[in-house]
Amino acid sequence: MGDARELLVVGAGPAGMAAAWRAAQNGLRVSVVDDNPAAGGQIWRGGPAEATVWFERIRSVDVEMINGARVFQQLRPGTLLAETTSGVCELNYSSVVLATGARERFLPFPGWTLPNVMGAGGLQALVKTGLPIEGKRVVVAGSGPLLLAVAAYLRGRGANVLMIAEQASSMQLARFAVGLFSKRSQALELKRQLKGVPYRSGCWVSEAHGTEKLEGVTLARGRKSWRVACDYLACGFHLVPNVELAELLGCSIESCSVKVDAFQQTTVANVYSAGETTGIGGLELSLVEGEIAGLAAAGKHDAARELFAVRATQRKFADLLNRTFALRDELKSLSTPQTIVCRCEDVTLERLQGHKSWRAAKLQTRCGMGPCQGRVCGSAVEFLFGWRAESVRPPMLPVRISSLIRK
Amino acid sequence: MSETVTLAVNGITVEMPAGSMVSAAILKTGAHAFRRSVTGEPRGPLCGMGICFECRVTIDGEQHCRSCQTVCRNGMDVRTDG
Repeated sequence: MGDARELLVVGAGPAGMAAAWRAAQNGLRVSVVDDNPAAGGQIWRGGPAEATVWFERIRSVDVEMINGARVFQQLRPGTLLAETTSGVCELNYSSVVLATGARERFLPFPGWTLPNVMGAGGLQALVKTGLPIEGKRVVVAGSGPLLLAVAAYLRGRGANVLMIAEQASSMQLARFAVGLFSKRSQALELKRQLKGVPYRSGCWVSEAHGTEKLEGVTLARGRKSWRVACDYLACGFHLVPNVELAELLGCSIESCSVKVDAFQQTTVANVYSAGETTGIGGLELSLVEGEIAGLAAAGKHDAARELFAVRATQRKFADLLNRTFALRDELKSLSTPQTIVCRCEDVTLERLQGHKSWRAAKLQTRCGMGPCQGRVCGSAVEFLFGWRAESVRPPMLPVRISSLIRK
Repeated sequence: MSETVTLAVNGITVEMPAGSMVSAAILKTGAHAFRRSVTGEPRGPLCGMGICFECRVTIDGEQHCRSCQTVCRNGMDVRTDG
C-alpha cells in the first residue's frame, strides 16, 4: 500500500494501538510500525487478558501492522526508514503519530553492571519471553508503580520476591495513596498479590555484590544498611520518555517530553505524539491520548474534544505520579569514582567529573557514544550532573552498513 | 502454547516454548555473561526491550544480535562472548 498510506503510527503499544484504531475507524489508511516481534508494547507484551478488548479493536479495522522494524532515520519529511532482518523499508506518510513509549531510568551504583542486575521491566520482559523464574530469589528495587506490578507478576510466576525497595519516602507515598482513589481496585488487587512481601519506602540498593554475576545486594534505609543474598536484582527508577524520533523530526521537547497541543499535535505540522512519549502517565492516559491523536489525524476534532475531560483527569494522576516518585538526592552519591556510568564505553564517574556539559564529556570520554547512543547513561548523567542531550543524529540506532547505503 | 523450539547455546541444547526470546534461552542454560565490555567486564541483559545493547550475542554467525529482540527458532546456533 506504500504510497497510499495516510497515517503512520510509530509504536504498537497502547497509545499507538488506540491512535491506529480511531484513525482507521474514521477512514484513514493506517500502518503501525514497531520494533518488537508482536504488537502490545512493553506493558501488553504477550497479549494479556486485560488487553483483549484493544487487540480485538485493532483487528476489527483495516490496519497494516509492520512488526520487527526499527525506525532509524528520516529520509525526507514524510518518509522514514526502518530496518528489518531482511532489509530496509521506506515508510511514506501524510501524517504520523509518534507513540514510542518510554524506557526505564537506570542509575549507576557500585555493581550495577553485573550480570543478573536488570531493570524491573527488564526482568519482567525476560520472564514474559521464556525465562524460568520459579524459586529464584529476587529483590525488586528503584522507584515507581512499575515495581509493584513487576513484583506481583514475578511472584505469580513462582519467584521468591524477597522485598520491594522504593526510594520515595513514606510521606510521599501516603499522599499518592490518597490520590489513587480512581485506581483503587487495581491497587487492592496488587496488594492481595503481594501479601507477605515486604515493601520498604525510603529504601534503596546501595551496592550489588558478585564477581562474574550477582550474588547479593546491600540495601540502605535511613542510617541502616544490610545485605541480602539474591539471584536477580530488578532495579529501575521510574520511566523516561523515548523522545529521540520526535527530536529527529524537529519537534520541540519540554521537560524531557514531546510538547503537544490539545489535539496531541507536536510543534511540527501533521506530526502527532501520544502516550508516555509526551510525559509519563500510565496506561489510561496513553490510551486516551492515542485516541485523541488518531481522531485529530482523521480530522475528527469534535469527537476528539469529547475525550479531553478523560485526559484531564488522567493527567492529574500523572502529575501526582511524577511528584511522588521524584528521585531523592541521596541517590546521586551512590557511585564511587570507579563506578561505571556509561556501560557501552565503560566510562567511570571520575572520568566524567569536571566536565561542563555532556557534549564536552562525550568528546573527551566517549560517554554516551556507544551502541545505546546514551539511552541508558543519558538519564543518569542528567540526574547526576544536570546534563542534557543536545541533538539526535541519524542513524538513531546502530544499523547495518547495507541499510545506510540501501542496497 | 505447548509448542516448543530447540536451539543450541554455546553447543548446549535448550528447549524453549515457541515465541521465547534468545536472551531467555541463554539464561536458561545457566550462562549469564552474554558479552564482555570494552574493558573486559562480564555483561548480561539490562533493559529487556532492545535499548541497552548489553545482550548482544552471535546468532547463526551474525555478530551483535540483540538477543532480547530475537525470537528463538529451531536449529539456531547462539554463541555468547562471555
